[in-house]
Amino acid sequence: MTYDVIVVGGGLAGLTSAALLAKAGRRVVVLERRAVLGGLHSTDEVAPGVRGDAVAHDIGWIPSSVMKTLGLDERALALLRPDPSAVSLLPGGKTLTLWTDPARTASELQRHSPNDARAWRGFGERVARLAGFLQAIYEGPAPEPLASGATELLSMLGLGRKVRSLGGAGIIDLLRTLPMSVADVLDETFEHPALKGLVAASGVTRLVQGPKSGATAFLLVHHHVGAPPGAIGARLIARGGLGALANALAESARAAGAEIRTGSAVTQIVTTEDGVKGVVLAGGDEIAASTLLSTLDPRRTLHGLIDPIYIDPELSQAIGAVKYRGACAKVNLVLDRLPALSEELLRGALVVAPDMGYLERAFDAAKYGAISERPYLEARIPTLHDASLAPAGRHVMSVLVQWVPYRLRGASWDGARREALGDLVVDTLGDVLPGFRERVVARQVLTPKDLEDRYGATEGSLTHGELTLDQVLFMRPVPGLSRHATPISGLYLAGPGTHPGSSIASAARAAAAMGAAKRRPFPRPRGDRVPLTR
Amino acid sequence: MLKTTPFHPRTAALMEAQQWRRWAGFLAASAYEMSHEREYHAIRNSAALFDVSPLYKYHLRGRDATRLLDRVVTRNVAKCQPCQVMYTPWCDPRGKVIDDGTLHRFGEDNYRLTSADPNLRWLHQNARGMQVEIEDASERVASLSLQGPLSRSILEHAVGRDLGALKFFRLTNATIGGVSVVISRTGYTGDLGYEVWMDASEALPVWDALVVHGKPYGITPAGMLALDIARIEAGLILLDVDYVSARKALIPGQLSSPFELALGWTVSIDKQPFNGKPALAREKADGPSWSLMGLEIDWLTLERLYEDMGLAPRVAAAASRVSVPVYDGSKQVGYATSSAWSPLLKRYIALAHLEASSATPGKELEFEITVEHRRKRATARVRKLPFYDPARKRS
Repeated sequence: MTYDVIVVGGGLAGLTSAALLAKAGRRVVVLERRAVLGGLHSTDEVAPGVRGDAVAHDIGWIPSSVMKTLGLDERALALLRPDPSAVSLLPGGKTLTLWTDPARTASELQRHSPNDARAWRGFGERVARLAGFLQAIYEGPAPEPLASGATELLSMLGLGRKVRSLGGAGIIDLLRTLPMSVADVLDETFEHPALKGLVAASGVTRLVQGPKSGATAFLLVHHHVGAPPGAIGARLIARGGLGALANALAESARAAGAEIRTGSAVTQIVTTEDGVKGVVLAGGDEIAASTLLSTLDPRRTLHGLIDPIYIDPELSQAIGAVKYRGACAKVNLVLDRLPALSEELLRGALVVAPDMGYLERAFDAAKYGAISERPYLEARIPTLHDASLAPAGRHVMSVLVQWVPYRLRGASWDGARREALGDLVVDTLGDVLPGFRERVVARQVLTPKDLEDRYGATEGSLTHGELTLDQVLFMRPVPGLSRHATPISGLYLAGPGTHPGSSIASAARAAAAMGAAKRRPFPRPRGDRVPLTR
Repeated sequence: MLKTTPFHPRTAALMEAQQWRRWAGFLAASAYEMSHEREYHAIRNSAALFDVSPLYKYHLRGRDATRLLDRVVTRNVAKCQPCQVMYTPWCDPRGKVIDDGTLHRFGEDNYRLTSADPNLRWLHQNARGMQVEIEDASERVASLSLQGPLSRSILEHAVGRDLGALKFFRLTNATIGGVSVVISRTGYTGDLGYEVWMDASEALPVWDALVVHGKPYGITPAGMLALDIARIEAGLILLDVDYVSARKALIPGQLSSPFELALGWTVSIDKQPFNGKPALAREKADGPSWSLMGLEIDWLTLERLYEDMGLAPRVAAAASRVSVPVYDGSKQVGYATSSAWSPLLKRYIALAHLEASSATPGKELEFEITVEHRRKRATARVRKLPFYDPARKRS
């Protein structure tokens, strides 16, 4: 069997691009190291007889063009958008809830702060306007300010038109807001600490930065891309865990003719001066193809799988300088009873981020290489959406814990620290959910090091490189590679480590860069790539 | 504050003229006497002793040392035998020269690379993912250069054995003044000559032994002014004078490829991938647009230019590092970056970058000369390099 394209990695990016490429007539094989598909978005057994979201438990968006091309919709992909979007768990059993309907959120805010209730709708519209601008960029190739040529000029002109469509005030708001700290943005808009804490959380999630760090407002806007307008904090989950989404995408890829192999770890991407030749698998088998799309993170791909003599030393240096810095650990808890909160609220994301000061202090610890003593938590209970994940009466709770640094100062990750982290999470939830500790019957703790070892996430980074303003758009993963092609002929990159920082959207961009939009003949990669800036 | 080399106690004592200059952050002698003339003639007639310790030196050891060097430099390192030395430039990914130096292979996985500029970061950048240990030995290793027709006789006395078997660009271990040294048959004069490498802490006994054994042969400590003339005669280029490192070039026009520096012979285009290979392969196929050539300024026309001003001709005693325009009729076709009066050849010579169409040996061009504040042009002929190539260099 010969293939046109080898896709390395059977996560959402790999499966999506395989489906798109197969649909465009390419013979595609997907190689996944693990036995199950989905990567960081898989559904794994988290305790005997209990399955749940292995690592990530929600996603932001899927470009409508992907669903259209693959003939899928949210139902086919097992996706649903929980309402409420997010519930802040506050001391004393209090809560503050964000609903997908801004009007409902505003009325909820009425009992906390009438001023904030009034400001909510306007804030949502503002974030949606900025997110709409980002989405327009995210749905096309990364703007390359260094590139020249008529097509580039046109695309920059198009970008200019998008900027202008924001209007004078909109342009100022865009340029002013994105580099701001999310704390400054929220302080000038709202007054209630709990509301600010909850909203600020989505500006710092997965970052080793606090709400007072610069450009965290960008991440808040980034996470709103694809959400219903003004539904701050709204995310998509999958019935049956995100592994169900992965399986649906895999089904679509297979239906289009792609072959998917699990248990196939790529140990080397075979390269010559002419470009990619194929891969070597862990067992020693080789698969030949002159085009390869790697959805592993860019460092793992370029530093880990390719003979260094084929990579320009300056590019290699740039790849080594990308900030990965995982900020999260994952704790999966098995509960014998639901937490003491209304079931309606439990269907949303449960967040421990009572105010921005709490977040900033929690981040401070990581800044100095320590685990937050009072961490920021984001939890979901997937069994509320699909009871079959656990035996009757049991629930699984997926908790992302932040800030838990990959590199601990003066220490390394070991069993004792892993267990202490599990205790910390249970205690932190116990403080805001009465009677919680007693309901935990089993748990699984994945430290950032575990996330690296198990899921190949360099430094435990769930986003394959931090989503900071200096590492997005044409700078993702590094200047010169944002269009998914690499200087190695036939080698392409996708995954959240590439533009636009989201697995599925990046796969769409990569497949387009590989010519999936057109039918054969298969285009040669362009030779005149943008030079790497120093 | 400039650093001093391990030989400073000896060189400072000899320094009559206080003619020091800076070289890679070290104090280096320009000339020990008021004029460098005697030192120059020692290079060509007896033996001159240079303190070349300011050279940057990198020691590379480990399984991937050969692989690393082969991706960095343009020559085929795999072909360098143990105890062999290779002269080689190295390029950036655009195929433009960063630096040039000598590569000493001590053993299978053990090398020394010398350079004019610091290269530690570049080596580390290239070594990512390889098993190789890179040591900046610049200050740990001191080095002397003994150059001239009598250098072999002096060294043989100093090491107490015959060195006839030590061929051009080979190296050997030896003992001088009770100190273990490495002797390489290399130099920067185009003459018979050697370089002696030793631990900096044991530098002085080596100097003393060479001076003692060299005395009967007229060994003469010499500085950079004398060396500069000799290296121009030998057609050897100097970083920052004859070319700009690709790392420092501000505009594309300042970049040079090995082909443009007459170093095409160092480019092993068929070896494993190395920095700049695709660009160099293209350039090799298309031919370079510039060439480094010799220029010999016609003395009679030069004399006439001075005569027109009522002056006797004169040229500076020291080599010039000022760029001088070179013309073909009304069109500038190049520029000379180093020029000197060769006392040995009795000729006014220059190293010049010429557009390929003008780089034909024998072609008559014009070299700008400033006579009494007025710009004139003297006839100059394109010459093949080197200007001076005595058989003893390789014998």
